[in-house]
Amino acid sequence: MAQHKGKGRAAAAAAAKPDGQKPNGGRRMTGAEIVIRALADQGVDTVFGYPGGAVLPIYDALFKQNSVRHVLVRHEQGAVHAAEGYARSTGKVGVVLVTSGPGATNAVTGLTDALMDSVPIVCLTGQVPTHLIGNDAFQEADTTGITRPCTKHNYLIKDVNAMARTLHEAFYVARSGRPGPVVVDLPKDVQFAEGAYEGPADVRHKTYRPQTEPDAEAVERAVDLLEKAERPILYGGGGIINSGPEASRLFAELVAATGFPCTLTLMGLGAFPASDKRFLGMVGMHGTYEANWAMHDSDVMLAVGARFDDRVTGRLAAFSPKSKKIHIDIDPSSINKNVPVHLGIVGDCGTVLKRILESWKRRRAAPDHKALSQWWKQIEHWRKRDCLRYIASDKIIKPQYAIQRLFQLTKDREPFITTEVGQHQMWAAQFFGFEKPNHWMTSGGLGTMGYGLPAAVGVQMANPGKLVIDIAGEASILMNIQELSTAVQYRLPVKLYIINNQWMGMVRQWQELLHGGRYSESYTEALPDFVKLAEAFGCVGLRAEKPSDVDPVIKEMVKVDRPVVVDVRVDKTENCFPMIPSGAAHNEMLLGPADKAEKPVSEEGMVLV
Amino acid sequence: MSSRKKPAAAGSVYAPGPAEQKVAAHTIAVLVDNTPGILARVVGLFSGRGYNIESLTVAEVDAKANISRITVVTSGTPMIIEQIKNQLARLVPVHTVHDLTLEGPHVERELMLVKVVGTGEHRVESLRIADIFRARVVDSTTESFVFEVTGSSEKLSAFVKLMEPLGLAEVSRTGVVAISRGPTAIMKRGEAD
Repeated sequence: MAQHKGKGRAAAAAAAKPDGQKPNGGRRMTGAEIVIRALADQGVDTVFGYPGGAVLPIYDALFKQNSVRHVLVRHEQGAVHAAEGYARSTGKVGVVLVTSGPGATNAVTGLTDALMDSVPIVCLTGQVPTHLIGNDAFQEADTTGITRPCTKHNYLIKDVNAMARTLHEAFYVARSGRPGPVVVDLPKDVQFAEGAYEGPADVRHKTYRPQTEPDAEAVERAVDLLEKAERPILYGGGGIINSGPEASRLFAELVAATGFPCTLTLMGLGAFPASDKRFLGMVGMHGTYEANWAMHDSDVMLAVGARFDDRVTGRLAAFSPKSKKIHIDIDPSSINKNVPVHLGIVGDCGTVLKRILESWKRRRAAPDHKALSQWWKQIEHWRKRDCLRYIASDKIIKPQYAIQRLFQLTKDREPFITTEVGQHQMWAAQFFGFEKPNHWMTSGGLGTMGYGLPAAVGVQMANPGKLVIDIAGEASILMNIQELSTAVQYRLPVKLYIINNQWMGMVRQWQELLHGGRYSESYTEALPDFVKLAEAFGCVGLRAEKPSDVDPVIKEMVKVDRPVVVDVRVDKTENCFPMIPSGAAHNEMLLGPADKAEKPVSEEGMVLV
Repeated sequence: MSSRKKPAAAGSVYAPGPAEQKVAAHTIAVLVDNTPGILARVVGLFSGRGYNIESLTVAEVDAKANISRITVVTSGTPMIIEQIKNQLARLVPVHTVHDLTLEGPHVERELMLVKVVGTGEHRVESLRIADIFRARVVDSTTESFVFEVTGSSEKLSAFVKLMEPLGLAEVSRTGVVAISRGPTAIMKRGEAD
């Protein structure tokens, strides 16, 4: 890295000095040894990866030590998702190690997923030797070029003396501010070259110092608005989870202090206990009726670490038209991006919530009780619509029932839930209640099918002894099914709970609602026998075919201390409701199948995704 | 994603504001670490998010602190311009982003080299116009001139237009560079922070 060359050399000369870390006794290390040492000094205990020609020196260095564990995945995309699961369930940086060329390109989907969902990842990629770069060498790809738009930042290290510093900086960038994936591309000759090591203590980034402490005046103005609110709503997102468990606690404290209703985005689930009466359920396209109506009719909205995503807002022109909006975000570019807000507060959610609470208490502020009780009366009225109800059956397993039972029978174990993408994901978000942060791992921004199984592997690595369940669909699970082999190798007792309706359910639902029921290519003709598939991988396979099978199968699944695949054969025609059709507003929700005929989706809505 | 916002349509989908937001050109100065790939990052940001680049120049301006200055002229509604600035500031190697258009009076200049080929009356006329524009002749043969012109982009465009009937053969322009008026600097020289 050119920008660090000067400093890197200076540091190399000074490396014999104690630097707050253990000195390496003046011994020069190879680039590969520096990599492992830097990981250890960053507190990394687990790396998810796949070897190849351009990273062999690092794998060799890995072989000779015991401080960093390596988990051998079966596909590089799985490595990144596993690292995401690890990171999201622990709050630590997830680490990936892959080879050049196809190793790096296979990681791209995972990196994009981590960027969209703000997950801290450091991804080390091998690269052909520096003299071959640009030569179309074997397994060469322009990794920094390819990953530039799908990472928070990336580096190509051409000088071994810049290696340690750049790696420490990569960790700093990945976890600071709005977290994200960082790629470090390591040419093979640099891995072999000898250089000096530098500890993490001295590494401070030249320019990148995100603001965490909010503007004090903005905080006061926010409290002014909250105090005068008559129909307030607190709208929390994944930023609360990213800020750490303390932010979730402060969010709950703010809800308690004000008595305001709150809702959470898909990414925010777990930031506030789902069992609390003041939680209105998830907001957005498949959120609850009461949450979306409360957003729409509110007069003051406090958005905390949420980004007004199109899945949340619906039609922008009709999004909460009467409210004054306050937006807390660590990323200034999130503020005023989709929705113009009245007050933007840049800072770490946890810190800002703390300052707001301090001000609220100092003022001995109290909400407008009369207006608030009126507002709650209205909300209870919406709640009575019971928007998540479905027609139960004793002959066929309803997917909602399958997830409700899973929740009821496992909630005492506080399971970690991952999902794939589609109908099952939305049902899981609707019917699984989360009481704590970091227990819900789903691909929200990118919507990556095949996310859940590798993510579950990562979660289980980070949380041994805990119950980890991937709520999956039969189409999604086939996208990264090979990771069952990883789960077996490392004896990770992850549970795959497959909601099997033989359709790409969400595609089928949209084809039904928007394309005249022409089910183009959304039916899977030749599915594997999931029970036999499980056995072939060395897992336990179970199947539920009628409602009375569901409970015993779940109990068996939880009891077995091995990876388990459960094939839950559900109603093939069930759709996911409530739903805001694309291009519609929060108050134009469809509650169920009977609703759809009355309100055809507008042409404008058709073109939206 | 078909729902990707386009600057022109963006005004209509937002909640009713004070008035229809107008598209305006802004000149933005960005100080960056002079690292490999920084220009690709900036340009990729503009193309990836569908913003316009009307002009972009880049060169190292502080060798000691290893800083380059990018001057970009872009256009958009106030909300889009705010996004562009925030997105630029979010890039890790970016030090500061200054909207010279909003921050007060500033000077904008562009340099152009123009090759005009011709003989006789056309040749004489081109030299006469060049004089009016305070263009310098930097190369000359019996049948051609290369003129160097500096000034605002409008002036340069006007000069090109006048040269068209007189044997205009080739144009090379630098794009706009800009700096604020008055004693304040946007960054101390030689300091990386």
